[in-house]
Amino acid sequence: MLSIKNLRAGIEDKEILKGINLEVKPGEIHAIMGPNGSGKSTLSSVISGNETYEVLDGDVILNDESILELSPDERAHKGIFMSFQYPIEIPGVTTTNFIKTAINAKRKAQGLEDLPAKDMLKMICEKSELLEMDRKFLSRSLNEGFSGGEKKRNEIFQMAMLEPKLAILDETDSGLDIDALKIVANGVNKLKTKDNAVIVITHYQRLLDYIIPDFVHVLHNGKIIKSGGKELAHELEAKGYDWLK
Amino acid sequence: MKLKEKLVASFMAFENKGNIDLDSSVHELRTEAIEIFEKQGFPTKKDEEWKYTSLNSILKEDYSVFPKSGATVELKDVKKYFLHEIESYKIVFIDGVYSSFLSDTTHEGADICLLSSALKRPKYKMVIDHYFGTIASKKESLTALNTAFSKEGAFINIPKNTVLPKPIQIIYFSTGTEKEIILQPRNLVIVGENSHAQIYERHQSLNDNVVLTNAVTEIFAHKRAIIDFYKVQNDKKTASLIDNTYVQQKENSIVSVNTFSFGGKLTRNNLEFYHQGEYITSNLNGITIIGNKQHVDNHTLVNHKFENCESHELYKGIYDDASTGVFNGKVIVDKEAQKTNAFQQNNNVLIGDKASINAKPQLEIFADDVKCSHGCTIGQLDESALFYLQSRGIPKKEAKALLLFAFGNDVVEKIKIPALKSRISILIAEKLKVEMGFEM
Repeated sequence: MLSIKNLRAGIEDKEILKGINLEVKPGEIHAIMGPNGSGKSTLSSVISGNETYEVLDGDVILNDESILELSPDERAHKGIFMSFQYPIEIPGVTTTNFIKTAINAKRKAQGLEDLPAKDMLKMICEKSELLEMDRKFLSRSLNEGFSGGEKKRNEIFQMAMLEPKLAILDETDSGLDIDALKIVANGVNKLKTKDNAVIVITHYQRLLDYIIPDFVHVLHNGKIIKSGGKELAHELEAKGYDWLK
Repeated sequence: MKLKEKLVASFMAFENKGNIDLDSSVHELRTEAIEIFEKQGFPTKKDEEWKYTSLNSILKEDYSVFPKSGATVELKDVKKYFLHEIESYKIVFIDGVYSSFLSDTTHEGADICLLSSALKRPKYKMVIDHYFGTIASKKESLTALNTAFSKEGAFINIPKNTVLPKPIQIIYFSTGTEKEIILQPRNLVIVGENSHAQIYERHQSLNDNVVLTNAVTEIFAHKRAIIDFYKVQNDKKTASLIDNTYVQQKENSIVSVNTFSFGGKLTRNNLEFYHQGEYITSNLNGITIIGNKQHVDNHTLVNHKFENCESHELYKGIYDDASTGVFNGKVIVDKEAQKTNAFQQNNNVLIGDKASINAKPQLEIFADDVKCSHGCTIGQLDESALFYLQSRGIPKKEAKALLLFAFGNDVVEKIKIPALKSRISILIAEKLKVEMGFEM
């Protein structure tokens, strides 16, 4: 599904990703772990199309098509979704209206009519229940005044609504208490099918107790220095990152 | 003949035509005012207060000073300019002439009617003598010009202990039967002790002929009165507006003036607040969203003269294309005005490459026990926010519009008439040229 080939990228003159290779197949969950500054967030930003970063070399291929020339919205239409570490607040635009705008933008790009209001409402009800969201959050301004946990839950709600092929969860566990973490992880697990894939980017192993990865990769200094199964996460938790350097 | 000379020469004819008592105090005010205007003329960029706004381009037109009456408009053609979905009082003018057909005035429990009749009728003489022309600047030449030609406009006199059951709409239409026209409406608003009024004001031209409106509004708020005043400026590209608003407040009163500047060729707002008592709250809010070569200038003044008063000022501006904006917010805290809370914020986003804003917060504080703050920002859209929206599949253009909508939202949130709030939201969405998919 996703194939990252010798990806080098940076910001201004600073090279951050120094040759990343990664293959993600449908139905898989990959975890990318690494210390601060290793390039985790840069990787998720480059995949989702953040123009702050410049791609220097290599390619990112989604379903046999290079996506590097696509804008972030076009990538979203192709099925990429990123859950942000720091979701932004948009006063005056309710979560409901925001998600409607997003879904209908995607449908428009696919040449479809707007989703009928009735179907939209039904979908919103189902997905918000899945994440045990209080409905009143949906009529509030997007993320405005939300706690860290509420924001993250809202991210996964958006993911549920947009039904991406590839979801990247960037430090989704940061700022979450254990109850919120369980709900968010449970939501991700319920959304998982044999046809979609998830990349979990995290500093800590904690989230991986709830979202069990098929593969764990260690990112250090812009390169994947070790890959393994889920047991690698436990090893990192016990030993830290230093033994790998 | 130049416009100034034409106006001065027309003055005598105006007074004779006006059919008013030439012994009245208003006659004296007018005569003084035309002399001041004659002496000063129109302001130029040499005047400190007009440094960034030039009237040259609008003064060269050959305006007709006396509109021909008799133009009619069909309700269906102008309905959209009203808040038609709610009950309201209406005071409507067509080319400066009162339209009884479109209006819905009252004398029951409050006077919501015409200034021309208040100026003429003996029963209003005391009120007119007491209020009219007392806070409008006698020195400022455009206000003086309006005073000289003051004859028609809204007269709102609400006695004490009266909460109006519905808002008041004051709408000035210009039909363009004259190729170029200058209109000088004059409003007088008096709200008595403990009374409450909501007012919506709009100047609207109905075709593309040139119109210059030089309006003056005097607002008096008595003790504990609450006034919410909304100015919607969304006129055609050939219309210019100079809007002068003077507010006087007694103790414990709350007056909010909200200005929405979305249209017109040139708009200049002068908004001035004067306090006469303690525990007064003055709120000044505004959103400007313009493009092309439009120009909007907001000049505000709050003069704190008494202890324990507050002023809150929030102006937002979005400037596209080669549009230009001015924000000049002056706050004066006199030595006696201890325990004043004065806040001022002005945030601007420039989205056009050639757009510009001249922002000048001006605080003059002579008291020592006060809380005053001001903040002024000029920026572009937050790239990380833009990326967030795009990553959800929303194309860049719409994502920008959503962020701009959000940027202006805290001013929209202050609107207390729900029908107007949704109207303004729709107008903003239209101005930003996107379908937002909002449910209003």
